[in-house]
Amino acid sequence: MRYRVRHLTTYEYGEPVMLSHHAAHMRPRQVHNQTYDKVRLSIRPLPAVLRDGQLDYFGNPTTFFTIQDSHSKLEIEASFEVETSASFGLANLDGPPWESVRDELARGTQPNLEQAMDFLFPSPQVPLLAQARDYAAPSFSPGRPLAQAVLELNSRIFNDFAFDPVATSVGTPLATVFAEKRGVCQDFAHAGIACLRAMGLAARYVSGYIRTIAPPGKEKLVGADASHAWLSVFIPGWGWLDLDPTNNTTAGEDHVVVAWGRDYDDVSPIKGVVLGGGEHVVHVAVDVTELG
Amino acid sequence: MYAPPVDAHDEMLAANGQVRPHWRAFLDSFARLSPEDLVQRWELGQNLLRDNGVTYNVHGDPEGLDRPWTLDPLPLLLPAPEWDGIARGIAQRAGLLNDVLADLYGSRTLIGLGLIPPALLHANPAFLRPCHGWMPAGGHHLHIYAADLVRGTDGQWRVLADRTESPAGAGYALENRTIVNRILPEQFRSTHVERLAPFFEAMRRSLNALSPRRTDTPTVVLLTPGPYNETFFEHAFLARHLGLTLAQGEDLTVRDGNVYMKTLTGLQQVDVVVRRTNGEWCDPLELRGDSTLGVAGLVQSARAGNVAVVNALGSGLLDGGAIQSFLPGIARHLLGESLMIPSVPSWWCGNDQDRAFVTANLDQLVLRPAFHNRVRPRLGSLLDDTERQAALDDIAQRPTDWVAQQVDSLSTVPVWNDGRFEPRSMVLRVFAVSTENGWQVMPGGLARVSSRTDLLTARLQTGGGGSKDLWILADNTSPQALQTRGRAAPVKLVRGNRDLPSRVADNIFWLGRYIERCENQTRLLRAAIARIEEALDQNDPARAVFTARIMARLGLHIPRTALEAPETLPGALAAHHLGGGEDGLAQQVERLLRAALNLRDRLSVDTWRALQRLRDDVRRLHQTNLRGDTQTRLHDLILTVESLSGLSMENMTRGPLWLFMDSGRRVERAITIVDTLAGALTDADSEDAVPMDLLLELWDSAMTYRSRYLSSPRLAAVLDLLLCDESNPRSLGFQLAALEDHMDNLARIAGENGFLRPEQRLMTVLCGTVRTTDAVVLARYDRDAGYMDAERLLENFRSRLWEVTDLLSREYFSHAQWRLPVRPPELLA
Repeated sequence: MRYRVRHLTTYEYGEPVMLSHHAAHMRPRQVHNQTYDKVRLSIRPLPAVLRDGQLDYFGNPTTFFTIQDSHSKLEIEASFEVETSASFGLANLDGPPWESVRDELARGTQPNLEQAMDFLFPSPQVPLLAQARDYAAPSFSPGRPLAQAVLELNSRIFNDFAFDPVATSVGTPLATVFAEKRGVCQDFAHAGIACLRAMGLAARYVSGYIRTIAPPGKEKLVGADASHAWLSVFIPGWGWLDLDPTNNTTAGEDHVVVAWGRDYDDVSPIKGVVLGGGEHVVHVAVDVTELG
Repeated sequence: MYAPPVDAHDEMLAANGQVRPHWRAFLDSFARLSPEDLVQRWELGQNLLRDNGVTYNVHGDPEGLDRPWTLDPLPLLLPAPEWDGIARGIAQRAGLLNDVLADLYGSRTLIGLGLIPPALLHANPAFLRPCHGWMPAGGHHLHIYAADLVRGTDGQWRVLADRTESPAGAGYALENRTIVNRILPEQFRSTHVERLAPFFEAMRRSLNALSPRRTDTPTVVLLTPGPYNETFFEHAFLARHLGLTLAQGEDLTVRDGNVYMKTLTGLQQVDVVVRRTNGEWCDPLELRGDSTLGVAGLVQSARAGNVAVVNALGSGLLDGGAIQSFLPGIARHLLGESLMIPSVPSWWCGNDQDRAFVTANLDQLVLRPAFHNRVRPRLGSLLDDTERQAALDDIAQRPTDWVAQQVDSLSTVPVWNDGRFEPRSMVLRVFAVSTENGWQVMPGGLARVSSRTDLLTARLQTGGGGSKDLWILADNTSPQALQTRGRAAPVKLVRGNRDLPSRVADNIFWLGRYIERCENQTRLLRAAIARIEEALDQNDPARAVFTARIMARLGLHIPRTALEAPETLPGALAAHHLGGGEDGLAQQVERLLRAALNLRDRLSVDTWRALQRLRDDVRRLHQTNLRGDTQTRLHDLILTVESLSGLSMENMTRGPLWLFMDSGRRVERAITIVDTLAGALTDADSEDAVPMDLLLELWDSAMTYRSRYLSSPRLAAVLDLLLCDESNPRSLGFQLAALEDHMDNLARIAGENGFLRPEQRLMTVLCGTVRTTDAVVLARYDRDAGYMDAERLLENFRSRLWEVTDLLSREYFSHAQWRLPVRPPELLA
């Protein structure tokens, strides 16, 4: 599939901002089943310092910028076109039992496992939770092949957790998400990651976009799309399997990858520290348009 | 008789009970001191510690901030040959740890070779991922290193803990040395002790050399989390000693990729940041987003090579015990050497076999966090069943987070207690700094002793025991040692760049205001108690209540209930004001001390001493509630407060620091004069109803008045003396004239642009108003409007004086609020 993605973030500050530092993950990432072009990033007002295109620790394109002129409004707009194809499916759902993967990761000695090590341990947004371990346990029966276990876990989260855009916000602790079983894609991704890490497996957080389809008979509304997030589990000898518990699928050509990290904190689309500003309002508009 | 336990190595006595040779000269000299002499010297030491304000803040301590540092007067002695071995071992280890950091933040070959398990890096919360893949300025990760050493029964030194984040203690060691040197000067001289000064000079030189800008006078700041940090005393002390500017996160800002300090005269580029803030808190943009202690953009600036951070961000990676059991293998691989000083045997629970060993042998081991030093170690042998299970659960939950060590015994050392020597267990902290000639180890250190003979309670944060100075006894037969001492003798004067951050200006302004406020409150309180007691003595409770009500109008808090029972008034007043009542004197004094704490590195020792005395005075006053005595002590208190003012008058150079402090005092005094005058005129229906005697007494102007008028007070004359007369240091006019002058001077320092600044304009207006005021007109009583003219004028002054504070704050202090990571409330599908 080919898409055009546009992501506009507008900050309106109650008082002038004298200085602000920002870090953004808004450029798409190079992935095996995704190519992109026509990437444009525009920032208004013009930053005094702009470091664009550097890769962060996880290999995500990162944009740092500093605005030093007093301003009351900040707009960051990213747009690009991206071509996705179906990702490699799992050839079969058998394979080694999950415990042997766990033990292999715990030893961590084989060189090809190094890419998984960052995603094995608790991270700021995904602490070690007994709730997660208890929730995951039924899917990880002794000797079960890893792929089967994770696909079942994905479905269970989809079925047990209610999608509810008002139940949580960026700051909601994961323990609350497990207790309430409600939230948005970010919460489901974190929940899945917590379950997998609790079982001793490596899981990472993926941030990006998803193709949306307008309800039958209705026009797609401009700016009404949204960012999306899912997770990815490491299967030694095969690679990373992307799971989307919000939609009960593995991620494929409907998903556009922007960045990945241990959790949301590593890859939030934009964050900043501002001097002054008072109360502020933020608007986000996202469009994911199919180009055929 | 000193009798150390037989199952430990004693530092002073050999196993056969004989004094070890290197102690003999010292003990001979020490023995010549009489018991009285010893007591006196011990007291001198305690007083010095207290007067110098040496403190160590303990979290959750009921005493609150400022727990006094404890120092045993008897030093620990080590002979030069033994010390040389330690110093070489420490230098080796510091270099090795630096190499490990460089590897883990770079190519990670040590992991690839299996010398370090990957989880040791990836499970470690002190691994700062944004700091991976680039080399910090100067090419080093570790610049300042400390190690905790223990000595076992076999006499062998071993490393108990490595400190690679931002080691504390070197400043305390230096302070200890200064004090012990004063207590035992003869012993110090006669035993040829290695000096510490060269080490600190080397540290300063090495910090300067890290400056990415080529300049002879780089700006080096010491970044502190602030006065609530446990070792804040040391931050201030080291900053002062090394000539660095003590900065908090809000003093620094990143622009154009460089770090700047906000000073009165604008932004000044910072070249080197010595941080005492843990790495993860140093930059809310790229590291912990909830940190208010850091500098947004610091990581980027460091990554771009525009600023050197010491130790490099991320150095805390090796601050726990996890690495220790892997060091011998790493040393063999990287250096082709074995460790000169081994670590105590340790087992990292991230490794299956080690975990099994630890769980099976917990009773004989000490359990510590693997990745930091912030939690007290748990001694397996002391755990009860519940605690033991909790420890085992912790290990099972997150094995990577725990490491266990085997510490059989600590060496003992004599401690002076109640007139005799007692043995205590000891841990020795030693320090090293990286210089252009390699690692230099401080010839001395900080010995920490347990409160009893318990193992391992000798830890910095437990605060239970005390500390000791370490004397390295130079081998005086060796010409090399003499040469070293000779080289150390001339002290190189460092004139640091101590520019005034805006925050400091703000603090000192408020310090000035609080000092003045304390003085005014004390005067009010003294006047109130004297008059009320006098009325009560004359059996005139109605007058006592009347006086109390007037005092309340003049701004003194009077406990309401006491007005119902006049005879309780003096007691209730004292209890409220001295016992910490709302807005009472004791509370003002606490505020004053808190403001002073923020200025720790800027206040002279004498000022600090006067501040301590102020607090003591108030406490003593609270304890003695005898009539008459309270008044005398209030006199003393006023003298103490005045000595603070006097110290600033006599000892502070007339730079911006003094200007702000004095401005604070002038503003506060001006406001209080206005308030007391307005209070005195309120509800007065004739001149006689205005408590003019009281006003003259409060403002110390009774003598002047009598010398001029020789009559009982008349309102016009009193108003002239207290409002308009610029020659009276306690008049409003005097304060305004001084402020006008200060504002002009500050404007000159901050840079003039030909226009008057707003605060200068305001002062011109205020001075003009007071100069053109006719006291005779003001004192006229109008039957309809009362003292309306005077009251209006005073109200106007009152609001304009607060405007002065606002303007100063806007023009000079200007702290706009930083907002921590602002993220859009995301729309998520």
